[in-house]
Order: sequence, then C-alpha cells, then structure tokens
Amino acid sequence: MRNLLKALILAPVFCAALAVVGIAHAEERKSFSVCWSIYVGWMPWDYGAQQGIVKKWADKYGIAIDVVQINDYVESINQYTAGKYDGCTMTNMDALTIPAAGGVDSTALIVGDFSNGNDGVVLKGKKSLADIKGQSVNLVELSVSHYLLARGLESVGLSEKDLKVVNTSDADLVAAFATPDVTSVVTWNPLLSEILTMPNSNKVFDSSQIPGEIIDLMVVNSDVLKANPKFGKALVGAWYEIMATMSAQDAKGKAAREFMAKASGTDLAGFEAQLASTKMFYTAKDAVAFTTSAQLKTTMEYVAKFSFDHGLLGDGAADAGFIGVETAAGLYGSSKNVKLRFDPSYMQMALDGKL
Amino acid sequence: MKKIINLQPHNGTRWLLALLPFLLLLLLYVAASNARLADNPGDKLLPAMGSFADAIQRMAFEPDKRSGDYLLWVDTGSSLIRLGLGVGISALAGLAFGILNGAIPFARAPLSPLVTFLSLIPPMAILPILFIIFGMDELAKVMLIIIGITPALIRDMQQRVLEIPAEQLIKAQTLGASSWQIILRVVLPQILPRLLASVRLALGSAWLFLIAAEAIASTDGLGYRIFLVRRYLAMDVILPYVIWITLLAFFIDYGLKKISQWSFPWFHSQTGDGGKS
Repeated sequence: MRNLLKALILAPVFCAALAVVGIAHAEERKSFSVCWSIYVGWMPWDYGAQQGIVKKWADKYGIAIDVVQINDYVESINQYTAGKYDGCTMTNMDALTIPAAGGVDSTALIVGDFSNGNDGVVLKGKKSLADIKGQSVNLVELSVSHYLLARGLESVGLSEKDLKVVNTSDADLVAAFATPDVTSVVTWNPLLSEILTMPNSNKVFDSSQIPGEIIDLMVVNSDVLKANPKFGKALVGAWYEIMATMSAQDAKGKAAREFMAKASGTDLAGFEAQLASTKMFYTAKDAVAFTTSAQLKTTMEYVAKFSFDHGLLGDGAADAGFIGVETAAGLYGSSKNVKLRFDPSYMQMALDGKL
Repeated sequence: MKKIINLQPHNGTRWLLALLPFLLLLLLYVAASNARLADNPGDKLLPAMGSFADAIQRMAFEPDKRSGDYLLWVDTGSSLIRLGLGVGISALAGLAFGILNGAIPFARAPLSPLVTFLSLIPPMAILPILFIIFGMDELAKVMLIIIGITPALIRDMQQRVLEIPAEQLIKAQTLGASSWQIILRVVLPQILPRLLASVRLALGSAWLFLIAAEAIASTDGLGYRIFLVRRYLAMDVILPYVIWITLLAFFIDYGLKKISQWSFPWFHSQTGDGGKS
C-alpha cells in the first residue's frame, strides 16, 4: 500500500520532470550547450571545442558553453527543437522546416558558408540533367538534396512529376549507387565525391549552379539569445578566431585543417577538396555582406515555397509565407508568425572588433 | 486471512487492472504534453490529442494533396504485402528445411552447422552486400525479412523434429511406413502447430527488419512514412503510426493463435492454452 501511495505521489512529479526536461528557458543563465554534426562547414566547431577556443571566449564573458557532437544530423536538429540544446548547426532549409515550423523561434547567429558544389545530382551513364526524366532518383527525401533536385529540374523545364523519388538513407546511398537498380542519386559530400569515383558516374548538376541557396548556419534559440547576449557574443567571437586560424596559410592553419580532416574521417587532401566546393565565409565581413544582401530573402522565398509544396510547414500553413522569415533585406512571409531570423548584428560586432 | 498468492481478481476487476497502466500512461502523456504546449503552442515533440485526431484524419481519410492516395492505407497495404511475403516464405523454408534437417541425418550433417552459422550473422551488418545481390526494390525488402528470420525458424523446427519420441518413429516403421510416409504422416502433423508458434515469436523480428528495410530505401510503407516525417519531427503522425503498427502486430499474432487453436486443438490441450483465452 505504501508503495502504491509512493507511486501515486511520484507519478505527477515524473510528469512534471518530463515536461520540464529540456525546455530551453529564456532567463539569464551561466551555462549553455550547442550541438553539431559532421559536415565540412561545421568541423571548425569541433576544432574550436577541442583546442579550447570556445572555452576561452566563454570564459571571457563569464559563461560556460558545452559543444556536443551528435552523430545523426536530423537527430541533432530534433534535439535542438525539443529544447535540449540552445544552439545547433543546420542548413537554412532545415532551420525553417524543423525548429521554425515546430514553433521554436530561432535565430541564425552565424552564417558560416554556403554549398558551392558540395551537393550534386549524379546520373549513371547519362551526361545531362534532362536525361533524368522517367528515372527513379534515390535521395534523402525532404532534405537539401531534394531541394537541389527541384531547383535543377526547374532549370531544364521538368518537374518532380517527371520522375520517381525514392527515399534512401544517406548512410546507404554509396552502397545503393553500386547496385544496378539505382541509376541516379542526389547527395552531398563526402558521399558525393565517393560516388563520383565509381565508373560511369556523371555529375550533371550541383549546388554551384544555385550559389548561395544551401546555407550552413549556427542556429540558436531566439529567446535564449535575447536574454543572454553574452552567449551569442562568445560563440561568434570563438567562430571568427577559429576561421582566422584555419584559413591561414601557415603551419598552424594547416594543422587546424588536418585536425578537422581527421575528425571527419578523411585526409588533408580530401578535406581541402570538400572546402573547395564550399564557400566558407572566413571573415565576418563576407558573412555580413552575404547576410545583409537582398538575395538571402529571395533564397528563403524559394526554400519556403519548396517546403510548403512538400507539406513541411505543417498543416496550419495556408501558404508558403505562413512562417515569417526575418532578413536584413526585409521580412518574407507572415509578420505575425516570425520564427526564423537572420541576425547579422553579432557578426557585425565581430567585424567592428567589438567582441 | 487468504494468502496473497491465492487472491484472484474477479472478471470486472481484472479488466480494470488491465486498463489501469494504459490509463496512467495516457494521463502521463497528456500532462507532459500540456506542460510543453503551454510553453510553446507549436511544440511538435508531444502534440495534443487533437493534433493526433487531425493527423489520423489527414493520413487515413483524406487523399494526399500530391499523389491523391490515402496514405495510411497505401502504406499499410505495401507493408503488409512485404511482411506477408517475407514471413510466408520464411515459414515454408523453415518447415521444409527444418523437417529435412531433423528427419534425415545425411541432410543434417552438412546443413545444420551452416544454418547455425547463418543464423548468427546479424543481417543489418551485411546490408551493402544484400543491396548488391538483391537490388533496392521490393525483393530486397522481402529478402531482408527472410534472411533475418528463416535461419532461426529452421533451427527451431529441426529441434522440434528431433524432440519427437523415437518410439513413434520405431512404431511407424514396424507398421511398414517408408521414410516419406513417416515424414508426411508422423512428423509433419506434429510440427505444423509448432511452426505457427515459432512464427508468432518471429513476427517481432520480422517487423523490425521490415521497418529497417523501408527506412533504407522506399517510396511507401509504414516504416518509410515514419522515417520520412521524422525529418520534420511530425510526432503527430509518428505516434499514431506506431500505435497502428502495434495493433496490426497484435491482430496478426492473435489471428495466428486462433488459427492454431482451431486447426490443432490436440496441441493446445497438451500445452494448456487451448481455447480459454
């Protein structure tokens, strides 16, 4: 009987604990955590955390920042959306369709790079994108690959109706391409370069043909950022110190790139090949210029339209502008439901040397 | 005073006690969901009951905007066909090879160690090899189920055949039965209900392999949908799908049990689970 009573008392406590777990709170705090997953544009976070650069900047502002690696990309965003982390690395499209569509007001604190050939469409045997008509295309559905395909098809006057999309796990795409059934895939690096080494494979379209549309970001919870500007300052400060180190053509820069290469499972040459198809914003100046440009708003409009067409903005969405996206060049979509903000102000502080 | 091990709940109480944990779970969920929704009305992790109703309505009773299909039924159909083919073929193979291995020592000598070896290979570990051999289409998904559960079924059937009392086999031989007749008239009837029992136990793994196969490369299916909408954390779709899968699995298991009880009453009176439950 006593045990039953105990259970009755503990059950609501457990409920409450479950509910509270991980909801990122807006009040002023001292310790924060951000997560990242393996991708060429996000390896600097690993380097910064391991080399104590993030800690140095956190100490400067009297806070602590935990940098956690998560092996599964989508899972990392889901964890951030659920409130377990205050920030997470993700692309502009996923920032819109996962946290923003999930009602978590998110801010793109750092615009790190855009894919400039890192994502591509590969055909077996055929040499032009138009040949994709009628084929089954293996890709991770609803990902940036899917978006790239949609943009590619537009450029040759086709639409998704002209082919069949087969959802394929990224972990198995390379093995899939080796089978005779699979004739076309859309994927990202390092899988893309792996597939292109196979005989008879031709890259017919890549993200360098839609420059600046697949953007890699450090996204943080807007409420947390608002209540804790120090968190944003420390992250941005650390980021540009890492950028300066890794882009330097000296021994230290090479060591940094070698470190990142190793951590992402490749060698220096492989990592630099990936960097070559990534437009990194090594300086705050480039990042601010990109973030304040009018093109960003247009890009987000494309992304929102694609997401809406594929039902990614949720059922409540009446049109592509259901979720407001704030950019320096103006607002796209509903002003009543702004959930994604591109905020260049912290990067501007880095540019002005105010961090 | 009665000892607690002798206290039996009455029929009504039994139902109530059975429902209680489910109700508690539901309550727990609603409380946690409300707390999260109060914090963020757009929260997708623990949606409200109303969102589930909307999602079920949308997935099961309204044609999809893009394809015009009723997604839940299309997914269920494709998944059940794959599961049925996979489990059906596995059961037949398990029966045939199990009897062969169990009844004929010269078949057992080369096959049994091989089957044991094969049954110990984790199928998920050899996925890339399976892709290359079986491609990425329906065949590969069915094959993953077959490779996943057949070796264990064969081993189990072989063991059951070996458990048939030697007296029965000797008796049949003294009555002049040939090997073929013994297999057909003595072994097979005794093995069939045991096959159904093994298949029921293997269904759990079969579902696991089905969902895994659909998550890897697919255009429809219950596992496909769950892994697809996971990309935008649509728990309002995922949770009803999970409950639907659980229900389907429960009814398949229940159906197999009933078939077994109708077809082999003698077996169930032996094992003590005949007809009563």
